[in-house]
Amino acid sequence: MQYLEDRKYVVHAIFLVVALVFGVRLFYIQVLDGSYKLAADRNTLQRLVQVPYRGLIYDRNGQILVQNTPVYDLMVVPREVKQLDSARFCQLLQLPLEELRTALKTARAYSRVKASPLVQNLSTPELAAIQDNLIDFPGFSIKARMARSYRTENMAHALGYVGAITPAFLEKPKYAKYQPGDNLGITGLESYYEQKLMGRRGVQYRMVNVRGIEKGAFRNGEFDTLSVAGQDLHTSIDIELQKYGELLMAGKRGSIVALDPKTGEILALVSAPLYDPSILSGKGMGNRYMELLNNPERPLFNRPLMATYPPGSVFKLVNELVALQMGVVTPETGFDCNWKLVRCTHRHEPPRNLSIAIKNSCNPYFYQVMRASVLRGRSTNKFEDARLGLAEWRRQVMSFGLGNKLGVDMASEKKGLIPSPEFYDKLRGYHHWNFKTVYSLSIGQGEIGITGLQMANVMATIANRGYYYTPHFVRGIGQGGPLPEYTQRHITTVDQQHFEALIPGMCAVVDGGRGATGSNASLARYGIAVAGKTGTVQNPHGDDHATFAAFAPADDPKIAIAVFIENAGFGGSSAAPMAALLMEKYLRGKVNNPRWENWLIGPGTERFIVRH
Amino acid sequence: MASSPARYSRSIDWVTVLIYALMLGLGWLSVYAASYSPDAPAGGLFSGQSFAELMQYNWFKQILWIGTALVLIVVLLVVDYKAYDTFAFVLYGAMIMLLIITPFIARPIAGSRSWLELGPVRLQPAEFAKFITALAVSRYMASINLRYQNFRDQLVLAGLTLLPPLLIIAANETGQALVFAAFLLAYFREGMSPLILIILAAAGVILILALLVPKVWLIGAFTLILVGVFAFNTKVLRHHLPVALSVWAVVIGMVFGVDFFFNQVLQPHQRKRIEVLINPSADPLGVGWNVTQSKIAIGSGGLVGKGFLQGTQTKFDFVPEQSTDFIFCTVGEEWGWLGTTVVIILFMALLGRVLYVAERQKSVFGRTYGYCVASVIFFHFAINIGMTIGLAPVVGIPLPLFSYGGSSLWSFTTLLFILLAIDAYRKQDLVR
Repeated sequence: MQYLEDRKYVVHAIFLVVALVFGVRLFYIQVLDGSYKLAADRNTLQRLVQVPYRGLIYDRNGQILVQNTPVYDLMVVPREVKQLDSARFCQLLQLPLEELRTALKTARAYSRVKASPLVQNLSTPELAAIQDNLIDFPGFSIKARMARSYRTENMAHALGYVGAITPAFLEKPKYAKYQPGDNLGITGLESYYEQKLMGRRGVQYRMVNVRGIEKGAFRNGEFDTLSVAGQDLHTSIDIELQKYGELLMAGKRGSIVALDPKTGEILALVSAPLYDPSILSGKGMGNRYMELLNNPERPLFNRPLMATYPPGSVFKLVNELVALQMGVVTPETGFDCNWKLVRCTHRHEPPRNLSIAIKNSCNPYFYQVMRASVLRGRSTNKFEDARLGLAEWRRQVMSFGLGNKLGVDMASEKKGLIPSPEFYDKLRGYHHWNFKTVYSLSIGQGEIGITGLQMANVMATIANRGYYYTPHFVRGIGQGGPLPEYTQRHITTVDQQHFEALIPGMCAVVDGGRGATGSNASLARYGIAVAGKTGTVQNPHGDDHATFAAFAPADDPKIAIAVFIENAGFGGSSAAPMAALLMEKYLRGKVNNPRWENWLIGPGTERFIVRH
Repeated sequence: MASSPARYSRSIDWVTVLIYALMLGLGWLSVYAASYSPDAPAGGLFSGQSFAELMQYNWFKQILWIGTALVLIVVLLVVDYKAYDTFAFVLYGAMIMLLIITPFIARPIAGSRSWLELGPVRLQPAEFAKFITALAVSRYMASINLRYQNFRDQLVLAGLTLLPPLLIIAANETGQALVFAAFLLAYFREGMSPLILIILAAAGVILILALLVPKVWLIGAFTLILVGVFAFNTKVLRHHLPVALSVWAVVIGMVFGVDFFFNQVLQPHQRKRIEVLINPSADPLGVGWNVTQSKIAIGSGGLVGKGFLQGTQTKFDFVPEQSTDFIFCTVGEEWGWLGTTVVIILFMALLGRVLYVAERQKSVFGRTYGYCVASVIFFHFAINIGMTIGLAPVVGIPLPLFSYGGSSLWSFTTLLFILLAIDAYRKQDLVR
């Protein structure tokens, strides 16, 4: 029966085919297809992220401004909850029964065996009430985590705030290391120095079994990393000065920027309307944020960095410096106070030289100064002459850090506007404009915008007689110094001697006797010479804005300051005394000037300084 | 019969014994790994634990089962080989009686009344039904000629084969009952029409296809093929039209029969196992869980595995039934593709050797029995490994010589060593 005996090969073939199919299939799922390995890790590996201690924030004198305090969450493991006395539980926590049911349902939907938060940010009474009774509620536990807390009511705009990362952020590669629920700095210093403040997260890999119960470290902790605490920020803010500035600004709109001209360090940065930084932390933060966001006064708007205004008369100083550098005027140059060119602020003595012109803030004088520096006969075509002149003027003006972002350590900075010939070409048409079109730039009005920070930086530049350091908030990170870019001098196009020539006029603004526009800023009674300049910015929408920019002492400047108060009228009457009080506070450590304090600090915070 | 023990020992097929021993050793290691817990490492034999304490570990009990299996081997080889032939029908009758009464005296365990408890030992009569049925059908096969014999003999053979599985199904152990389908391979060797195998295979393919693709497509495609064949060869059409039409009708009937079979014949849990085969996410927390986790465990082993006792999926209980039906997961996870390949090669070696031994039998009884042994082991091998890697439905049958459990170990040992006993006396058969 050879025929039947051959059937053994059929049986062999069946066996071998099945074995071969198994071998190939196993090769595919074991060697070729990596997804099973990932699935196995998903099954058993639990990634525990240890969030490090976030760096603290100090003021320039070592006072803590922002720190971390533990907050407590009530966690629940649904599987372990047994015979819950929900009535008593709700009574202890002052929680409506419905809310408890919904929260438990959410927790169960997340996981039956993993802990998830039931109530976040327990208040102290809630914590006290539940903590002693936890023993009666199996499955519930208290988990502490660190949250930001504030030792100051001031400086909200500079500090910024910390909040939970949003899904939109999580998708960006920059935030790849973050997980849902992680916190990060969202604005201000918290955001700019996020990488330094956050430290390095530690990751521990734990193995869990099918019921989610821990089974020890993965490969003896070979892949685990320790967390590294965040670095502290040592800011240059003088919190006493900051606090005083906010006291003076309460109820007003505007900004104050005070710099140390020798280093570029920001001593105070006030943005009014004000708010308390602790508003943006803890329970109910989201609602309060929306309240701030929707407030018509726009308290979240960081005015010193983001609001650009025409600088007004303060800008005459920059114009003069550029003209001196070009050699088209000298400090002894005199012009008529010719009201036909442009209206002057008031009747005053003839501007026979630069100092008299600055002291009186003579508009026609500086009209003629700028005309001299722009129209220099470079072209026989007067339109082309204005174009070439404006371009050169702009190049020099921008060397003061104007028209560009200064590079402060905060993300929201605006660059302002120093108009170029192309700007006017677009506005009026090529060769359709001349000096008559742009003349208002000579008195800091018109198509020009600078921020409070830039104005303070101009003061620091004049105080340094020709250079500035980029303004910055942070003078030390951890054990190290500031970021390297903040130790580099930026030198203007204007030579030192021209600054020296300008300063006597600025001193005369304050202490020049009769007719001095900034006499309210005088600190002469303490023997401190203040160099300053008033400004009144025309505002098409309402009352004029008041500005005053100054530095002191004039011969050895320790502080440069720019005060900008919206809708407060003439700069000499409100902005100048405010700058004086702040300089007195900073230079003498205390203020003895009840007259100006009574004048500026209103009884109610809602009061705005009205036109004088 | 009295030949010297030395001569007898020489005539035993030691190659089979060696493969058997290797598989038993690897099997025990796998059971040890599967029952090992990193939390409470089993101290081992010399840890001073009492016998009662050790008895809670599967790996220790498996040592006892292996020990008793060795005793069993000695008994099986000492018994006169002719007894297996002579008492085949007596054993068969006794077994049928046992299968009938088992559901009435057994306590329900995991939904089936198929386990008998004798003191501390639990036995599953269905396991022993395999070798006894194999003996009985071989004995009957030796008395007929399947190829030319009449319909009555074929009916008796079918009855002998089908009676035990029907009783086993009645005790709700469908998996063990399916094993009896394996005897068809042995009958095929002895002359059964290949048509039966082809029809069964076709039915399986059609069942799967009917679940995968819409019926209309299936019928359309099949009709097109038939029409295509006849269009090219009209001569075939003229000669075989009735055959073609009846095949076509049978296939259509099968396609529509699938629904009936699926919804009316199969029980819900059986239906689910087939659904899961096609779509593992059909029942993610039930049978689908087993298949998915089993594939994850095996798939995560990689080329060389995670190392002995280093498996995470098996250690942390992601794979259910891991020391019994899903023992192959431990092999796959800890020894990788190399390990699974070694196991497959060992099975192929064993099956090949058994077929070789079967073919060298001079008696139809011996040869048929040998083919039965190979077929039954193959069926377990194919279904068990197939289900762990998602190629076969989840049917609760053990992997021979690997899975934990006394009944299954004794059953396969008996199956195998009766063949070796028969084989050892083959020369005497010749002499007589």
